[in-house]
Amino acid sequence: MADPMKIRAAMQAGRVEVKILMAHQEETGLRKGPDGELVPPHFISNVSVMHAGREVLRVQWGRAISKNPFLQFAFRGASRGDELTVTWIDNLGDSRTDRITIT
Amino acid sequence: MDNSRRNLISAGGLLAALLAAGSKAADLAQPPAQWNRAAFEAKTVADALKALGIPVAQGGGEVNLTAPEIAEDGAVVPVIVKSRAAGTREIHLLVDKNPFSLAASFFFPDGTDAFVSTRIRMNETSSVIVLAVTDRQAYLVRKQIKVTIGGCGG
Repeated sequence: MADPMKIRAAMQAGRVEVKILMAHQEETGLRKGPDGELVPPHFISNVSVMHAGREVLRVQWGRAISKNPFLQFAFRGASRGDELTVTWIDNLGDSRTDRITIT
Repeated sequence: MDNSRRNLISAGGLLAALLAAGSKAADLAQPPAQWNRAAFEAKTVADALKALGIPVAQGGGEVNLTAPEIAEDGAVVPVIVKSRAAGTREIHLLVDKNPFSLAASFFFPDGTDAFVSTRIRMNETSSVIVLAVTDRQAYLVRKQIKVTIGGCGG
């Protein structure tokens, strides 16, 4: 199981400002390891952010995302104290879901 | 390549399963997210746009790309993209000279700003292309970013 995400979700002028930091190697499949062989690709392919049963952001990522991916976005329609759920899944089938309360 | 394709297919299967199980967890009860394999495996911007189903894009001041003009480390290039075009549903981020051109696709439902900030890998000095898709049309902006050290490992 991958390490937890670091998530911040704060109300700011009627919007929820969301910042997410995911713990992931993000191997491109183009890098050679110490043995000279290519390290197989291993990267987050999908991210979904849910609020109150509604998807507020959907992401598809390729191999060109930096290690330990960062993602920031903003949405309306939520209040302080609401819960936000972030799920990622990678190309090898690993996944991780974390929840945070909007402050 | 075959192997990674299989892995991606199984990842899609698992996500579908996760989402199907979401009837218990209300926060996952959504139509299955998909991964546009053809677009993400495209080796040129033209092929990626074709796979995304976006044939023609206008240039336009409605779309902003904020990124450094010189990125010392191509492994971590911060980019901020924003569209002021009304009804922006999708933003796609492409790197012309990366081995795989399409870096990211973002989908914005009603209520979510057409804005995102992330960090991408760039293999070499290249144009970064932002494509914002509204209900009616697509807008494209590009910006040259100079890369000192390549970040794809190739």
